[in-house]
Amino acid sequence: MEPLSNKRKVLEVKPLNFLERAYLPAIVGGLSTTMKHFFKKPVTISYPEEKREFSENFRGMHSLKRDEEGRERCTACGLCALSCPAEAITMTAAERQKGEEHLYREEKYAAVYEINMLRCIFCGLCEEACPKEAIYLDGDIVPADYLRKDFIYGKDKLVEAPLNQ
Amino acid sequence: METPQLIFSIVLIVVIFLISLVVAMYSTYAERKVAAFFQDRIGPNRAGPWGILQPLADGGKMFLKEEIIPTNATGFLFIVGPSLAILTACIGSAVIPWGSAIQIGGHTFDLQVTDINVGILYIFGVVSLGVYGIMIGGWASNNKYSLLGAIRAASQNISYEISMGLSIIALLMLTGTLSLKEIAEQQHSWHWNVIRQPLGFLLFLVCAFAETNRSPFDLPECETELVGGYHTEYSSMKLGFYLFAEYINMFISSAVMATLYWGGYNYPGMDWVAAHTGPTVAPIIGVVVLFAKIFFSIFFFMWVRWTIPRFRYDQLMDLGWKILIPLAIANIVLTGVGSTLLTHFGY
Repeated sequence: MEPLSNKRKVLEVKPLNFLERAYLPAIVGGLSTTMKHFFKKPVTISYPEEKREFSENFRGMHSLKRDEEGRERCTACGLCALSCPAEAITMTAAERQKGEEHLYREEKYAAVYEINMLRCIFCGLCEEACPKEAIYLDGDIVPADYLRKDFIYGKDKLVEAPLNQ
Repeated sequence: METPQLIFSIVLIVVIFLISLVVAMYSTYAERKVAAFFQDRIGPNRAGPWGILQPLADGGKMFLKEEIIPTNATGFLFIVGPSLAILTACIGSAVIPWGSAIQIGGHTFDLQVTDINVGILYIFGVVSLGVYGIMIGGWASNNKYSLLGAIRAASQNISYEISMGLSIIALLMLTGTLSLKEIAEQQHSWHWNVIRQPLGFLLFLVCAFAETNRSPFDLPECETELVGGYHTEYSSMKLGFYLFAEYINMFISSAVMATLYWGGYNYPGMDWVAAHTGPTVAPIIGVVVLFAKIFFSIFFFMWVRWTIPRFRYDQLMDLGWKILIPLAIANIVLTGVGSTLLTHFGY
């Protein structure tokens, strides 16, 4: 049959010669290969103590941002929850009271803001949807835990630390 | 036997027993570390610094596991199996000369538990008994995978014992004695038997791998075909005994190999060292040398395990019966002709 392409390669299978049949040279070759690896640097990264460097656009744990004066940017508009394909975000809005101007930037804020980290797929759509630049996925890997309820992160874990601390 | 020698022998027995157990224990750790290094990993490093407490953690885990004896197993034999395996593994060390005679406080002691004049035969007897532990365990489990694993182990051991014996015969033709102590003494300084018997050593090495059921001949516990092999039904410390016996066997066969072929406690320049350190320290250096050889040999066992894939069963039998045995016989003939000619021409 005519070859359809010029990629065909005829393999010639020769019978093994005496040295090849005696195994030993091949075994010595194999032993030297493994010995080379014995002195190689291990590729292991001991995870909790050492961490691999993340790329610039790595999407990790969410953080709720504050503005230059340390006020929470989130205004509880709900666009992030709406955009979330995994329905991981819930929030309860509340009105800013008098005397709380130094805490919240807009008149409305999120009293409760919860992300279920087991549902979240870290797609970053909440980040894109947010009109106030209030949420970014710029954190670390979400740590492991034992109970499902402990994966629902509230404001205590999500909001950025205040500026003066 | 005089009282000091008797006390020394008892102490030596206890010490050697403890050393074999500790070496076997840390062989499990070394195996995991060595495997890790060969595969560019780090290996166990959580229990203690560099993970050196790992064997203790493993042992503790083994003890705390539930003890299961299957309903249809033969109760008594099911317990005899692992006991026999570990017993035969432990008693092999009795005839190995660990060092030359040592002088302590005016008394001279042999660093050997007992110097029977058929030491090699004793080792062979013990090694052949070892297969009973596996065979009885596999049979008593009443499980077809266990039985198949046990049958594999038995036929493999029997096949390789023949070529092992034949490879030793060539060595005995040169040494003229069966006593391990005399064989060790004959290899003074650098006159190691491996120089005179390279082919014999190679055959012995391959057979030692097969006898200890180590990779590439670890077919008795071939997971892909036999679940766990002969110890499928075993749990808790009875499983621990089987696994432990394998490592003690490795230690003992390394010691035998070092004694028979690699000069035992002898090393080049030992006379100079003995003249400068005295009759107490020099034998201890010899013991250290012997242990260095043993540890390298154990390392070699592991090195091979993480390099060469397992043989197919028919290849294993082919190698044993069609290659090793003819080679061993040829080695005997060559050794006989060679030594006769050399004696005739006056070397």
